[in-house]
Amino acid sequence: MITSLPIERRQQALRLMIETRLAEEKIQELFLANLIRGTTHLAIGHEAVAVGTAAALITGDKVTCTYRGHHHALALGMSLRAMMGEMMGKEAGACKGKGGSMHMTDASIGLLGANAIVGAQLPIAMGAALTAQVKKTGGIAVTFFGEGASNIGAFHEALNMASVWKLPALFICENNLYGEYSVWSKTTPVQDIAVRGTSYAMPGVIVDGQDAEAVYTVVKAAGDRARAGEGPSLIECKTYRYRGHSRTDTAPYRKQGELDEWLKRDPIDILKARMIADSQLDEVEFAEMRQAAEMAVVDAVEWAKQQPYPPVEALYADVYYEG
Amino acid sequence: MPEMTYREAVAKALTDELASDPDVIFFGEDVAEAGGVFKVTPGLYERFGPDRVRDTPISEQAIIGTALGAAITGLRPVAELMFADFVPVALDQLANQVAKYRYMSGGQFVVPLTVRAAQGGGNGFGTQHSQCAESWLMNFPGIKVVSPSTPVDMYGLLRGAIRENNPVFVLEHKGLYNMKGEVPDDTAPMKLGESKVMREGTDVTVVASQLMMHRSLEAAEQLAREDISCEVIDVRSFVPLDKATILHSLAKTNHLVVVEEAPHQAGWGGDIASLAADEGVYWLAAPVKRVNMGAALIAYSPPLEDEVLPNVGRIMRAVKSVLTDA
Repeated sequence: MITSLPIERRQQALRLMIETRLAEEKIQELFLANLIRGTTHLAIGHEAVAVGTAAALITGDKVTCTYRGHHHALALGMSLRAMMGEMMGKEAGACKGKGGSMHMTDASIGLLGANAIVGAQLPIAMGAALTAQVKKTGGIAVTFFGEGASNIGAFHEALNMASVWKLPALFICENNLYGEYSVWSKTTPVQDIAVRGTSYAMPGVIVDGQDAEAVYTVVKAAGDRARAGEGPSLIECKTYRYRGHSRTDTAPYRKQGELDEWLKRDPIDILKARMIADSQLDEVEFAEMRQAAEMAVVDAVEWAKQQPYPPVEALYADVYYEG
Repeated sequence: MPEMTYREAVAKALTDELASDPDVIFFGEDVAEAGGVFKVTPGLYERFGPDRVRDTPISEQAIIGTALGAAITGLRPVAELMFADFVPVALDQLANQVAKYRYMSGGQFVVPLTVRAAQGGGNGFGTQHSQCAESWLMNFPGIKVVSPSTPVDMYGLLRGAIRENNPVFVLEHKGLYNMKGEVPDDTAPMKLGESKVMREGTDVTVVASQLMMHRSLEAAEQLAREDISCEVIDVRSFVPLDKATILHSLAKTNHLVVVEEAPHQAGWGGDIASLAADEGVYWLAAPVKRVNMGAALIAYSPPLEDEVLPNVGRIMRAVKSVLTDA
């Protein structure tokens, strides 16, 4: 049973998904124009996982995520300007230009960091969950990871420890079928990541990762369970990466027609159709929403371009806390 | 003045910090109900309870990652890695996460995290349970590294590390746990970043740490009978390094010997030699001599382990060689 969000929250979820989609398309453009350096990993197609989860969180909850994490950051409330500033390595960026695409972090919204090492963010979230448990804050810690990360040791250590300590933690797997360039059936001997929860005596739930409200429903339930002291859950969101692994990957390894099939179940379209069916939205309003998002993205990019780079002395700041 | 062992000094420091700050928590493998494999931490679990003193699974990555996550969200964790040889098991969390978390977020976090581990050879623990970890850890700016050599320093530096708002690695030498020394009742948490002159001298500066520092003191005692005067410096803090104390001594003695319980290649002694070359070269009357394990590994068999670890005789020969090189 999928919970329907109230109209304002649906509007917010839809707006965030559109903004995220447009922001990521713009990011790819900026990379190809050499306005952004290094590499980037787009989550286009995954937006519902992020907004559905964010809708189930409350102030004080903590999140760690992956280098494919722009959608998480925006869903949690990072501003487009802070993100674009960070993309361009500007002083006004989310991490003062020290992090870049793979390290979007904003402690003020509970985002403890995107991580560029596969799986490393899982144990770190356990620490946030431990703090919530010891200090009895009622908060939870959420960690996002891809299906590929379920094959790395840190996954096993984190789920095991979370379970024996009954930590208020949610493990949210975005199964987008590909670990870098490898289809997951070649690297992973189980059909569903969720079954791995059994090994740690925790619930493993599968959810349609293209449906923001479906994601919200399971995350809310698992979050309530964790807040009540009943321990962690593993949630597998079945989703799809529309783009390649990173900036230069055109994904020639995927099956013909696969992308087209997934495009039929686009997360933005699904929520939009539901809102139209419920008379909460019409095409004109949707077009307006999209136009507003486009303007917000353009504003953020133009603003970021005008921002100064950090002074070179910043290189030596914040290696240690001084004081 | 109370006398206690180095082992008891660890326990007392942990006890006093757990008692003085409710945000301090302590966890590791078998540290709670069993009191630690080196029997360093008995009684903490009973006194401070299962929320604050915890046994973990054998999961070094999770131990360090969890400690990091706790540190950036309001706790002041002390994590134990048992043997320092397990540092590489948790190396991603240490090198890529703990060391860089504050930096790559643009200073959004303070990381008040202490990691303890027991290190060092000489006890027949074999190749994978006898190594020293300073040189590994020194390559990760963002982490501080201290290696106490006496009970009073163990007590004061561990408390100082726990109060520090940065990640600190406190390395305890297994061969010193039974060593006794005076720890005055009013010993305060100590500032990191200071070396200590353990014996004053005029002819040669000997820089060493922990077991090697004690062997250097013994060598200095024997050399004194041959009218050779050694100044022995206990490094204590590897990061940050107390350059001033070493250079001050070098200016006086003009000779430098570094004694490391570590392989030669990329060992911390190279940093001391480089310091002398960069900032003290005009004081040097002879080449710097490093006494260490060379390219060898620690072996189990007693004569082999005895051979690989620098001993009093090798330290004495090194001191004499820098004096005759002049």
